Amino acid sequence: MRRGEFVTAGLLAVLSIYMMWKSTELDIGYISGEGPGGGAWPFWLSAIILICTIIIAINGVRRTSPPSQSDEPVLDAEGRKALVQVFGGIFVFVALIDIISMYGAMMVFLFYYLWFLGRHSLRLSLIISILTPITFFFFFEGLMRITMPKGLSFTDPLYNWLYSIIY
Amino acid sequence: MEILSLLSTGLLEALQPVNLLLIIIGVTLGLFIGMMPGLGSVNGVAILLPITFLVPPASAIIFLAAIYYGAMYGGAISSITLGIPGASTAVATTFDGRPLALQGKASLALVTAAVASFTGGTVSIVLFTIFAPPLASVALSFGSPEIFALMLLAFATFVGLGGDDIPKTVLSICLGLVFAAVGFDEISGAPRLVFFDMTGFMRGINFLVLAIGVYGIGEMLWTIDSTRGKITQTEAKISAKGVLRDARTSLKLGAKGMSIGSLLGFFVGILPAAGATPGSLMAYGVAKLSSRDPESYGKGNPDGVAAPESANNSASTGSMLPMLTLGIPGSPTTAILLGGMVIWGLTPGPRLFSDQPAFVWGLIGSFYVSNFFALVINLCFIPLFIWMLRMPFTILAPMIFVLSVVGGYAATLSMHDVWLMLIFGLGAFFLRKFDYPLAPAVLAIVLGPIAEPTLRQSLLLSSGDPSIFFTRPIAGPITVIAIILILLPLFKKLRDRFATAPAKGT
Repeated sequence: MRRGEFVTAGLLAVLSIYMMWKSTELDIGYISGEGPGGGAWPFWLSAIILICTIIIAINGVRRTSPPSQSDEPVLDAEGRKALVQVFGGIFVFVALIDIISMYGAMMVFLFYYLWFLGRHSLRLSLIISILTPITFFFFFEGLMRITMPKGLSFTDPLYNWLYSIIY
Repeated sequence: MEILSLLSTGLLEALQPVNLLLIIIGVTLGLFIGMMPGLGSVNGVAILLPITFLVPPASAIIFLAAIYYGAMYGGAISSITLGIPGASTAVATTFDGRPLALQGKASLALVTAAVASFTGGTVSIVLFTIFAPPLASVALSFGSPEIFALMLLAFATFVGLGGDDIPKTVLSICLGLVFAAVGFDEISGAPRLVFFDMTGFMRGINFLVLAIGVYGIGEMLWTIDSTRGKITQTEAKISAKGVLRDARTSLKLGAKGMSIGSLLGFFVGILPAAGATPGSLMAYGVAKLSSRDPESYGKGNPDGVAAPESANNSASTGSMLPMLTLGIPGSPTTAILLGGMVIWGLTPGPRLFSDQPAFVWGLIGSFYVSNFFALVINLCFIPLFIWMLRMPFTILAPMIFVLSVVGGYAATLSMHDVWLMLIFGLGAFFLRKFDYPLAPAVLAIVLGPIAEPTLRQSLLLSSGDPSIFFTRPIAGPITVIAIILILLPLFKKLRDRFATAPAKGT
């Protein structure tokens, strides 16, 4: 945790410097007759962020904040595995949306989570992962008229058929 | 008298079939959301906000307010039956609720929680009805400097009263404000902070992308990591018998806690940043301190359940007061509601009362109706909720992730924002691990678009002289209070240092 405290503060410091640099694309001073320039607000706020990260680092050195006193790892082996499996699953889910459509990706993700991570029975996993996208489809596309991504063109026949039910 | 006629119109509006149905669904959903460990009113409202675009704004906010109410009731259920607070607002309820359940008095504890929630809700709604219109009419005279001073006060309360690490709180606020500035500079129209020149950032960062990222994904990852996904099954049981008897007992034994919680909760709830969690903890503390038998607290005193439960409901109504009258939210949940109102095309703030009376009074009317239904549904369905509590977390978690991704996409119709939401979620998970408070960032991204223009207009008015925030009769005192709040932690530190120095000398 102790090292993580410094790494986090360091990353936030880099982000704040980047945001300060980005803000200078607009005027950061006072323009007479116009008020503060467009970059002033984000520039000075990012500067405050930078100062905060420095104070956080100093507190870390002085061991006054709880994370800087702890020698526990940020994530132990089990935690790392859970994070990779869960967040990795969500990441793949979102990546699949543009390929096999929102509803297809949802089905794959639910099945992966329920069957592989949750160790539920094959029957329950299949029922939930098939019924959920169908419910979502009729709710979003039918009731709320919000179109979700349909993926690559090979999904067209299926969606044309589904749309013929709604319209 | 005028208030009464407006209120009765509002009640009729809330009792329209569509709204009534939404209230019942919302309260039921809220009870369930509040009960699930790891999910609170703020998660529910953030994740479900995108799907309310289907109904008119008045019905949408009634639905979300009903969820908010339900969640306040629901938090107690898992606190009592599992000993795990369903939401941070119900932490104090575990102190005495859990011992009561272990003594076989789970029914008494649950009924006390429900009755106390109802009392807290009712008292606060009456206070709300009395205080809101005059406050709104005073606030009508506010100009840019006054509004900016109020924003400053909202952020200052986080720093002064939030109780988290100060530099981390300030950092969180500033991060939210800078994210709110992404997109276009409203005054010059020039693109601003377009990160890595990606066109997706031209549209700015929608507050929902941050809110769902933090509360839908980050918080869930954190729950999975901290509990190792082992929050499941419970053998809690309750009989429908004796509910009436328990209600009478709870009124007798918990009356004092209820009155303390109802009043204290409302006024703590009004303070931005304070909200229901500190409100319920303070009510518990005051009830214990003023008790003739403080020793019985923590061992199963019904007063220890009644005080925090009435306070968290009372505070949730209280936090709506500054949101509707001044346009500053009193809690993260109301911050999200405020953002929703902007999407629905309503301008929160004092003008709302004069421009949209039907909306405002319909909402206030719905508080009364929601509160009543929350009590009825809670009492009727306690056995059902306990059954649902046995739903394995490994089914709930993927459902929430799916809702987050779909909700995030539905809100902005952009895959760029879905990816951004994932990044925020992962970032929020790690920041949470290192004790960075994230509610201030969500509040800030909602308030940023109000804070920046009012600051710039004020400075334009005064030709760049910041003393404008001190010299105006209303802005001046607010700014001074805000500065005192910001400096409060510093004073405390200095006092501690002086207090320990002589001790070391001896």
